[in-house]
Amino acid sequence: MLSFIVSAIRLGMAFLFGSTGETIAEKSGHLNLGIPGVMCVGAAMGCYAEYLYLDYARLNAIPFLAIIIPILATLIGGALMGLLYSFLTVTLRANQNVTGLALTTFGVGLSDYMINKTGPIYTKGSKFFTTSLPFADELGWFGKIFLSHGILIYLAIIIALLTSFVLTKTRVGLHLRSVGENPATADAVGINVAKYRYLATCIGCGIAGLGGLSFVMDYLHGNWEYCIDAIGWLAIALVIFTVWKPNLGIIGSIVFGALYIASSYITGVSFANKELFKMLPYVVTIVVLIITSIMDKKENQPPLGLGLNYFREER
Amino acid sequence: MGDNVAIELRNISKYFGNNAANKNINLKVNRGEILSILGENGSGKTTLMNMIAGIYYPDEGQIFIDGQEVTIKSPKDAFDYKIGMVHQHFKLVDVFSAAENIVLGLNEKFNLKKAVASVAEISHKYGFEIDPKKKVYEMSVSEKQTVEIIKVLYRGADILILDEPTAVLTPQETQKLFAVLRKMKENGKSIIIITHKLHEVLSLSDKVAVLRKGEYIGTVNTAETNESELTEMMVGEKVILNIERSEPKNTEDRLIVKDLDCINRDGVMVLDDVTFTARSGEILGIAGIAGSGQRELLEAIAGLQKLDNGEIFYNDPSTGNVENLRNKTPIQIRDLGVRLSFVPEDRLGMGLVGNMDIIDNMMLRSYKKGHSIFLERKAPKDLAQHVIESLNVVTPGATTPVRRLSGGNVQKVLVGREIASAPTVLLAAYPVRGLDIGASYTIYNLLNEQKEKGVAVVFVGEDLDVLLELCDRIMVIGSGKVTGIVDGRTATKEEIGLLMTKTQSMYEKEGL
Repeated sequence: MLSFIVSAIRLGMAFLFGSTGETIAEKSGHLNLGIPGVMCVGAAMGCYAEYLYLDYARLNAIPFLAIIIPILATLIGGALMGLLYSFLTVTLRANQNVTGLALTTFGVGLSDYMINKTGPIYTKGSKFFTTSLPFADELGWFGKIFLSHGILIYLAIIIALLTSFVLTKTRVGLHLRSVGENPATADAVGINVAKYRYLATCIGCGIAGLGGLSFVMDYLHGNWEYCIDAIGWLAIALVIFTVWKPNLGIIGSIVFGALYIASSYITGVSFANKELFKMLPYVVTIVVLIITSIMDKKENQPPLGLGLNYFREER
Repeated sequence: MGDNVAIELRNISKYFGNNAANKNINLKVNRGEILSILGENGSGKTTLMNMIAGIYYPDEGQIFIDGQEVTIKSPKDAFDYKIGMVHQHFKLVDVFSAAENIVLGLNEKFNLKKAVASVAEISHKYGFEIDPKKKVYEMSVSEKQTVEIIKVLYRGADILILDEPTAVLTPQETQKLFAVLRKMKENGKSIIIITHKLHEVLSLSDKVAVLRKGEYIGTVNTAETNESELTEMMVGEKVILNIERSEPKNTEDRLIVKDLDCINRDGVMVLDDVTFTARSGEILGIAGIAGSGQRELLEAIAGLQKLDNGEIFYNDPSTGNVENLRNKTPIQIRDLGVRLSFVPEDRLGMGLVGNMDIIDNMMLRSYKKGHSIFLERKAPKDLAQHVIESLNVVTPGATTPVRRLSGGNVQKVLVGREIASAPTVLLAAYPVRGLDIGASYTIYNLLNEQKEKGVAVVFVGEDLDVLLELCDRIMVIGSGKVTGIVDGRTATKEEIGLLMTKTQSMYEKEGL
């Protein structure tokens, strides 16, 4: 049971990064369906950087650098994907859905290519990421659930809380939400819609990329699997599940993580049925969609301008 | 007086493609003065104001504020010059509270409590009633407008622009708004108000500037003018067009519309007790400021609009039965011979699919007639050829996407398709919108042909000259009400202009 919860949390945080990143983008009005690709590229960039650093430092690797270098590489990889998306949708006004899906396809391919260059094993690097507080094991179940994780797990929660705070309590958050809700209004009061959309998407993609890295390093212990895009789709579903609230995402992501791996911890489930279990997160997302649609509370609806590109002089 | 000028426009022009939305406009507003801008729809009022507010950028001309020449490139620039605009379609974020909307975009320290306090202060000063914490989606239209005005004042605007502020208000709310505006005027603010309601212009403003078809006609002092002079400036001299008009023959009541009421999503009554009869062999014109309910009326007849009250009776000439269209689906109504061709502002928005070719667009109306699971292309193809030849559609061929045709040709395709089905009632809304003279006449002739064939034609138009020369009777609507039905042969332009701008229906149904 304990290991089930721990696994659920570790997997959940990968979702959380992805959904927080996607929420930021969606709050700016960008329905970024490229998140699965972004997470792939983010993870691959991180792994690649880790591989290069460890290859360079050999046995003298400094733990701090072994962690910060991949994180930075991931952030850059994700942000570049975001930049590409924003350039296409904001500057060239390409259709957001098409752009997003293209980005996903592109990202999956690119990450496969990068991983095939280095080989899919990053267990050495993973050790740095999964290093936890030394006294975690001494505190029994409490230590196991709350303290036994590596740095990325805590980072996911911090970023989610921070994003939540920024979105609801600050001027930047208010402006960002107005851009996503009603860009014409935001523009009319002097908010730079393009700037907000570019930045939100790039930052969001950077954060989402960390989800890919966390998935490989924390959950898979450094053994690359070619299924990170599946995590990305779930992250997008999570955004809806949490009705665009990153703080709710902390709970939601763990629920998603638990549902996704539940089949492995229930005995007597056939291989085929396991796949059915993996559908559960989507099923609950649909249930949430049904409930929020019936309640019709405006605050729980997607941003009004979601998926729509903005051009001031359009008549 | 010279030192007192708050804002001045000199020779401002703005073009959209080849159309001049504004041409050489000159305008001057003093401090502590209310200026009304009067003009029919499409006369360029909103475009002009959008240039002051930084939404559009003028192609030619200069803007002076306090005697200094300025460039206003964005709404932010406008705010820096203390210009604030309340748009006709409110620019508010629905899920935000009033206070959040008001501070949106400001670079001051984010403190909602303080904002709430200063909103309360402004409200008190000018006599607004508003709960700063109320969400916009819970607000009535007039509350939303109040938020917009406070938003502008909160930014310290000295020049206020209001785009048709009273269009959505009840008379009581309008009086309240005017009281607030007069108070602002006393405080030295300059106010520009766009409207086409004459009595409001006369009661509120100090000066009136009149625009017509993008051109500046002149500015007069309100104290020295009257309704008929303003109407004349607004509608202009009558232009003789020489459109053929035959006497209606064998007319019988085809479409009897009774007491139509329709309330739209914003809770505004867009159709209010509309009653009229359309007769066969006759062209009934509908005149009115755009957005007075024309679209809703036609859509109601075509079965596309939900009605709150009223009946639409149709005398079927083939069977002699009287059918109530209100209980029928759009397809049933169409099969009875009632055809709608609506040309919206963007032309392609309704009725045609831009990316499909002419044949496919013909098929959109007839695809149900096919007998096998495959499409029958023969008939639509012949029809497309027929339309192209008979209406002189300029196109490389019947397989050219409609999007690639010029506006006039697109409209010919649209109208041609509806006429080809031999309708008994033809509803044509703005069929000549954006067309040049020659193409317009083709359309007029088409409508006349239909009339001679005994079709009941309903023609919604913008140009009063055309309405007066083409139509046998003209129904004028204002704010969803029928304000008058006049004889197209004897009515004058001023008469219709006055009816268009009349808000209260003082008209008694005449036996026309």
